[in-house]
Amino acid sequence: MRVVVQEQPFDIGAETTTFASGHKDMGAIVTFTGIVRDLPGDPLQAMEIEHYPGMTEAALTEIAQLAIDRWKLGDALVIHRYGRLVPGEMIMMVATASKHRKNAFEAAEYLMDYLKSRAPFWKREITDAGESWVASKAEDEDALTRW
Amino acid sequence: MDVLYFAWVRERIGIPREKVETSAATVADFVAELRSREERYELAFSDLTALRVAVDQKLTDFDAPLDGVREVAFFPPMTGG
Repeated sequence: MRVVVQEQPFDIGAETTTFASGHKDMGAIVTFTGIVRDLPGDPLQAMEIEHYPGMTEAALTEIAQLAIDRWKLGDALVIHRYGRLVPGEMIMMVATASKHRKNAFEAAEYLMDYLKSRAPFWKREITDAGESWVASKAEDEDALTRW
Repeated sequence: MDVLYFAWVRERIGIPREKVETSAATVADFVAELRSREERYELAFSDLTALRVAVDQKLTDFDAPLDGVREVAFFPPMTGG
């Protein structure tokens, strides 16, 4: 398992290649990447992501370990950025490796659902109209109930 | 005890962290102490349903005991991903 919290961009190609190498017994690799999306009607200048150093790494590691145990993954990767990002930039990625694709897909969704509302990150949107903290969505909390 | 604030909680209180001596038994008792200190705390903690708390970097609830705790953090619901 690898958990990375960093300010600088990551290379999704290199990360995926490294992750997918050396897993001869794993037939499926799933990756998900989150991108800073522009806002309709009120162009986004930047997104600032704050986090809780120490707890962030611990929470992501705990979530990744739960996914590994539950879906018998060969490996899991979580990379999440913080700091100032502009639309189109990659915020985060997860990757999962398992024998067959079903577990890899499910575990990736589980990782995404949990790190959306259980990893200590807070997003702030900066637009021409001003700045505001992104509110959590009830649907993100509801998404956890299916697990 | 170290007390940390994040996102709009940090903005309302005006500082990211501080050291506070307390004999409060639980997080809820400690919040009541903070609220009585100054208006900025009252403002930040006026609606606890809008807040989350971590004790020694573990997410918990406002009933959590504070005995032996080194670090408490207050923040809004998280928005990762």
